[in-house]
Amino acid sequence: MTFLKTLMLSAIATTGFGTMASAQEAMTIDQQVNEAFAAATGPFVSLIFAPIPGTSFPWIVMWLVIAASIFTIYFGFVQFRFFGHAIGLVKGDYSDPNDAGEVSHFQALATALSGTVGLGNIAGVAVAVGIGGPGATFWMILAGLLGMASKFTECTLGVKYRNEYEDGTVSGGPMYYISKGFKELGLPGGKFLAIMFSIFCILGALGGGNMFQANQAHAQISGIVGDYPGWITGIIFAAVVFAVIVGGIKSIAHVTEKVVPFMGILYVGAALVILLVNYDKIGWAFGQIFAGAFTGLGVAGGFVGALIQGFKRAAFSNEAGVGSAAIAHSAVRTKEPITEGFVSLLEPLIDTVVICTMTALVITISQQLIVDPVTGLYTLNEAGSAIATVNDVSGVALTSAAFGSAIGWFPYVLAIAVVLFAFSTMISWSYYGLKSWTYLFGEGKNSELTFKIIFCVFIVIGAAASLGPVIDFSDAAIFAMAVVNIFCLYFLMGLVKKELHSYASRLQSGEIRKFKH
Amino acid sequence: MTTKLVVGLDGHGSGERALAYAERLAKLIGNCELMIVYVVEWSPYSFQTAEENAQRHKRREEEISTATQRVIDPAVAKVKSSGITATGKVRHGDVASILIAVAEEEKAEQIIVARSSEGGFAKRIFGSATSNLVMHASVPVTVVN
Repeated sequence: MTFLKTLMLSAIATTGFGTMASAQEAMTIDQQVNEAFAAATGPFVSLIFAPIPGTSFPWIVMWLVIAASIFTIYFGFVQFRFFGHAIGLVKGDYSDPNDAGEVSHFQALATALSGTVGLGNIAGVAVAVGIGGPGATFWMILAGLLGMASKFTECTLGVKYRNEYEDGTVSGGPMYYISKGFKELGLPGGKFLAIMFSIFCILGALGGGNMFQANQAHAQISGIVGDYPGWITGIIFAAVVFAVIVGGIKSIAHVTEKVVPFMGILYVGAALVILLVNYDKIGWAFGQIFAGAFTGLGVAGGFVGALIQGFKRAAFSNEAGVGSAAIAHSAVRTKEPITEGFVSLLEPLIDTVVICTMTALVITISQQLIVDPVTGLYTLNEAGSAIATVNDVSGVALTSAAFGSAIGWFPYVLAIAVVLFAFSTMISWSYYGLKSWTYLFGEGKNSELTFKIIFCVFIVIGAAASLGPVIDFSDAAIFAMAVVNIFCLYFLMGLVKKELHSYASRLQSGEIRKFKH
Repeated sequence: MTTKLVVGLDGHGSGERALAYAERLAKLIGNCELMIVYVVEWSPYSFQTAEENAQRHKRREEEISTATQRVIDPAVAKVKSSGITATGKVRHGDVASILIAVAEEEKAEQIIVARSSEGGFAKRIFGSATSNLVMHASVPVTVVN
């Protein structure tokens, strides 16, 4: 089955050893697309995932984790100190009743979450655990907790330096805070860096925000109805997305908006039920997570392999430091930009620490990963690149099998969830990409339409290509955004610190207090 | 002292009946002021796309000006033409809670609304705006049929 093969390939490719092994077969449309795509994106991917000399550790993963750690320390563990305040803000305790009808903190958070919660939490975690073992979960949680500080930094800046136009609409994001912030500090190169970011954001929107989603949605559908060419799924998806973003058919978007949160709750609910039923194994699963985190329990690359996978998938899932969330959060109505920073730090917590951990626990507890009964270590598959699984599955199919082993009908629900998550992520990223596009080429009907059509074309390519090159390109493009964004955040973090001091002292003195509702 | 009455309009024919009744009541009371309110249904906990969020402020202004022009201004003009003091207001939020909040802010004697025309499934589960108003209001409520 091509479906299984693509997922196998993904496992190989994500560790960086992958080449396209299926090229010898007769070239179908899907294969031709795949070949051309892999060849075109190869050099870019190798650059982003180049290992630190003398190690097998990709420098980009280090880049993200070091940044998150620096922000955590620089802002004095803001993610823990202001956690309660963040909840109060989302509940609306500090919202002026006269601002009713404007974008609330809750809405900004929900919109940003619908862009991040998705396949990263379902398929991405399975890839991490499938390659790095349960130990990857530990590093994923750590990366999620640290990533909260990165989100805080970028989203505060996103609101502070957004553009508010005369007609009442707003545009914000790294391209705006980089160019305006650098100008304010008298630093050169702001405009150039903002352009760089916009280019990478467009690629990220086409990659992780589009092709990866289309690809996994197709994998999930064909896994249930039987194998059929990917471009067919691609065209259907492209038509629906086109109807929403070009045709302005809001009803479709509204249906997904209502259904996606419901799906999210259903997913976490199902995971909780499975964990409750297997409550006696939870302690054991956490044992596996801790043991695996520091020893690897036999996975490829040992504990470093677990660490790389955990960090990488966490970053891909919660996008902390990437800059995308700053675009989504910047529409909120608030007089204090930093309040949105506080709210945004809940995002990696919900996305990574809660939802991703649930997926990882369910996969571990369902014992889909094959353990050598003698040594207690994980058995590797034939290629030696990932842990052998019960039916030789990986990616979203592994998550599906894990849930399915406990709740027989759940794979069907999961299939619907995957399709909807994919769809809502595409809609969100089409907006992020569009904002970058208009930053580069100016706002206007024709310019916007050009980007939207390109976006839809890439849906078809993403569904047709196999997962290996797609996931590589998606990761590479999204991480390239983080290269520019984090570099700039180091220069701009002083501005956020000023805001934090001023806000914290006013909160302390009671100048900022709750409104009576 | 001036007696204040809050009148909730929904932009439908039923609202006209509420307004007509409030006018009659105001004439009977004498020194009376009508506060005419239109509520745009809105929740801070709904889900929106990023694009909708970006345009939200603009849409809100549009919603307020449309409601003011189509509902509030004509109603205020009509009431004033019969010699009664009246002011208008457009607010976003939950109908029942906003009407209650306005009544409390203005220290109004009572709230007058018409029985709402909404129905169906949602009403069975969540109850109508009118019944929520009647149940939670801190001042007397008159529901005009």
